[in-house]
Amino acid sequence: MSRQMTGAEMVVAALEDQGVDTIFGYPGGAVLPIYDALFQHPNVKHVLVRHEQGAGHAAEGYARSSGKVGVLLVTSGPGATNAVTALTDALLDSIPLVCITGQVPTHLIGSDAFQECDTTGITRHCTKHNYLVRRIEDLPRILHEAFWVASHGRPGPVVIDIPKDVQFASGTYVGPQNIVHRTYQPVVKGEMDRIRQAVAMMAAAKRPVFYTGGGVINAGPEASKLLRELVALTGFPVTSTLMGLGAYPASGPNWLGMLGMHGTYEANHVMHDCDLMIAVGARFDDRITGRLDAFSPGSQKIHIDIDPSSINKVVKVDLGIVGDCGFVLDDMVRLWRSEGHGADRAALADWWERIEGWRRRNSLGFTNSRTTIKPQHAIRRLYELTKDRDTYITTEVGQHQMWAAQHYGFDKPNRWMTSGGLGTMGYGLPAAIGVQMAHPGALVIDVAGEASILMNMQEMSTALQYRLPVKVFILNNSYMGMVRQWQELLHGSRYSESYSEALPDFVKLAEAYGGVGIRCDDPGELDAAILRMIDTPRPVIFDCVVEREENCFPMIPSGKAHNEMLLPTGIDDWGAPDLGAVIDEKGKMLV
Amino acid sequence: MNALTPPPASPPSPYSSALATSNTEPHTLSVLVDNEPGVLARVVGLFAGRGYNIESLTVAEVAHAEHQSRITIVTSGTPEAVEQIRHQLERLVPVHRVTDLTIKGHFVERELAMVKVRGKGENRMEALRLSEAFRGRVVDATTESFTFELTGSPSKIDQFVELMRPVGLVEVSRTGVAAISRGPDGM
Ligand SMILES: Cc1ncc(C[n+]2csc(CCOP(=O)(O)OP(=O)(O)O)c2C)c(N)n1
Ligand SMILES: [Mg+2]
Repeated sequence: MSRQMTGAEMVVAALEDQGVDTIFGYPGGAVLPIYDALFQHPNVKHVLVRHEQGAGHAAEGYARSSGKVGVLLVTSGPGATNAVTALTDALLDSIPLVCITGQVPTHLIGSDAFQECDTTGITRHCTKHNYLVRRIEDLPRILHEAFWVASHGRPGPVVIDIPKDVQFASGTYVGPQNIVHRTYQPVVKGEMDRIRQAVAMMAAAKRPVFYTGGGVINAGPEASKLLRELVALTGFPVTSTLMGLGAYPASGPNWLGMLGMHGTYEANHVMHDCDLMIAVGARFDDRITGRLDAFSPGSQKIHIDIDPSSINKVVKVDLGIVGDCGFVLDDMVRLWRSEGHGADRAALADWWERIEGWRRRNSLGFTNSRTTIKPQHAIRRLYELTKDRDTYITTEVGQHQMWAAQHYGFDKPNRWMTSGGLGTMGYGLPAAIGVQMAHPGALVIDVAGEASILMNMQEMSTALQYRLPVKVFILNNSYMGMVRQWQELLHGSRYSESYSEALPDFVKLAEAYGGVGIRCDDPGELDAAILRMIDTPRPVIFDCVVEREENCFPMIPSGKAHNEMLLPTGIDDWGAPDLGAVIDEKGKMLV
Repeated sequence: MNALTPPPASPPSPYSSALATSNTEPHTLSVLVDNEPGVLARVVGLFAGRGYNIESLTVAEVAHAEHQSRITIVTSGTPEAVEQIRHQLERLVPVHRVTDLTIKGHFVERELAMVKVRGKGENRMEALRLSEAFRGRVVDATTESFTFELTGSPSKIDQFVELMRPVGLVEVSRTGVAAISRGPDGM
């Protein structure tokens, strides 16, 4: 299994041995030997992006939709620094990436050489781990170790910085078989005693809720299946974070909708009033908890997470279970059955009755219009017209992202790719490219805002080059809508720099790239236009001109609790019609 | 420099304030790591990035064949914050093991200091007498100075340094704390 070869050839050999068929990258002086090796090994397909941030997000989209590790290859200096945003994005959303960066030759390191930067120093805080390879002898081990670290435990991005002389040097390549990481051995099986205790708590609960997150998606499709099984067995209601959408189907009977800042009224009230919260692969992010000291005050909390540092980090829980969600859910389902547990049916019936009461508030409701397209309506139509196809949705960041999360029903895991933790505008188009590379026949749609899309618009060129028929569906409100909404709520409607002036003509822009442009501003023509987009087997930019000043509701204003939600126009929980007055001074300090 | 406005008191870590209680206490952590480039930067960077404080830090390779170093960190925080610090440290890939000696039970803490004093006559004799009382050793001497080596708990060294001040303290170099648990078991 061991062969003599150059460092550059080792990189490609390791990619092949790790089962990588597609990588995303951009060449430059410090990675030329690796590009030369790629040229001679057509088994690994390289997708040439137009900006290294795009390579990172494309690798993320690839990883999230396929469950595999995403790989990117960039040059030293600016190549590496351009990738930093995507690495940070992957760190916050726990996405497995391996990023190979070129570095100046070892004897020049530290001399401020041309295109030198301290890549491992810069990326130390935005990777799960990183390596600077100083000796060819270490390269094969590090390459395989990187894949191990990226994909085991809580997944994340790993950087391998390879100086050019190490790429040229010759050494002995070793395959992945013999590589076992010495220190990094995360616990995947949960402690049985704790799981038994959890199941007993569930059987005794009167007002339970499953609060699920991206950890369920990361644990693989089997974990989603087990979650569905456990929900069906227990009859408990289930809600999810932005990252966890699709693990439990939006069409399922126990689904409450997303929770948190823009979650549904019923989901947030259930969280507030429950007596048992079962958090599965979710991390009590501030978008979820709202005001911490008022977060679910009366509940016992069980927290299942692969990362021990997530447990008791922000919210103190009664029972922490360290383990992979898939393994723990499997044990829970088994124990629930074998120990003959049953839920408290009478209490649960009362609980569901209260939930129905909250549901009747119809918190995702909006006033539709015959003359202008409402953004929520556009997402609902997009959903209706694409739900029976093999569809994947990515997004940019802003109101459109929240509307997509609220109004597009995700029934399967790995179908929803959005920048949750970092909130990176410019994520969606390159991510869609990554998804389309992993699923060539699928319908891949980036739900975009007119401001966000311009941040990585150059990737249209990539889509064209590889004939990737991705669709960019822009909810064009001529505003950085989410910024405008916060300015309306917090800053007296002073719309400082949030108007999207001097927008390009998106139809012409699509055509300039060689794609197809569609514009629609008439609700009566929307369906036909969406169908035209779907039926176009080429990249499309759809400029959907929507209501400009629509706000995204419901909303937990900053500094408020789950039971202090702001509902769509006119109806709210605490009778404060003056939007400008709902957030207090303390809330204004929060983001 | 704008000297008119005093700097605001440093805000508490946002991480520990979430679990806000005022029972902050010092904890001594032993961290066994692979002695690879950047490992110390990773550990220190974690403290800086997450707003934890470091009161003392020592590091040296303790197993040469395995290239393992032991880092001793004295930090302070609420019990919850310190537990979080421990988990965050354990998350670092080159970290083998983290032990909170303060929680685990009794442990021995030692620090080494070198203390230079300068003086003549009675001050010089007083410095020497005090050093003997503290079981210090003279490691360098001139006709007008002594450098003492002193080993002990950090508070013993603090005390010694204070006593040296009036008799001609010049400077102090301290190693930071090394610590190990009492009893037969390892970390
Ligand atoms: C890279 C980056 N810069 C700034 C922000 C802050 N931000 C959040 S949403 C938003 C506006 C997005 O506008 P648009 O893409 O038009 O979406 P809309 O909210 O209008 O749907 C901004 C500027 C961000 N999330 N990411
Ligand atoms: Mg907009």
